Amino acid sequence: MTVQEIIEKKLADNFNPLHLDVINESNNHNVPEGSESHFKVVVVSPAFAGKNLLSRHRLINTTLADELKNSIHALAIHAYTEDEWNETSGGAPMSPPCLGGGK
Amino acid sequence: MDVLERIDQIVKSNPVVVFMKGTPQMPQCGFSSRTAQALQACGKEFAHVNVLMDPEIFENLPRYQDWPTFPQVYINGELIGGCDITLEMYQKGELKKAIDEAVA
Repeated sequence: MTVQEIIEKKLADNFNPLHLDVINESNNHNVPEGSESHFKVVVVSPAFAGKNLLSRHRLINTTLADELKNSIHALAIHAYTEDEWNETSGGAPMSPPCLGGGK
Repeated sequence: MDVLERIDQIVKSNPVVVFMKGTPQMPQCGFSSRTAQALQACGKEFAHVNVLMDPEIFENLPRYQDWPTFPQVYINGELIGGCDITLEMYQKGELKKAIDEAVA
């Protein structure tokens, strides 16, 4: 399985999402072609109801702890409930461009 | 001093502090850059630590509050979050409010 597929599976299994995007943004960064280092995830799930942003991000960070430790360099997280997602008019914010700091 | 004590002292002695890659003037990561911009836009002074210049903090900050990524923003000694949370709070006006209260 690719890192992307692992992330997709773990998030799908853990959050039962109504909407799930796992986007490999590595091409925007200073890494070799085909890398799986920078990801953005958009997760819409009832699991986030009543939880603040910090708690939501912690849930996702915990779910992807192995990947964060071993393979992912950057993870942008956008976690919504269904109502919030409907209010966003269907788009999570854009990730920033790389500034080349490395590590 | 133990590195976690050192981090704790930095967090507790600054009402607003960001641990980032680079500096607000010369950020070296897009996420750190955006985070610093949002803090600057709130109009109050804030402290920063360039984790690229301090390998010990770079290695150990993730286990301080069990948060795996950079940047990390702390207000009044509490972890606010990373880039995405800081930006979302900024857009809702919550970041400025929290900072104003912290430095008041």
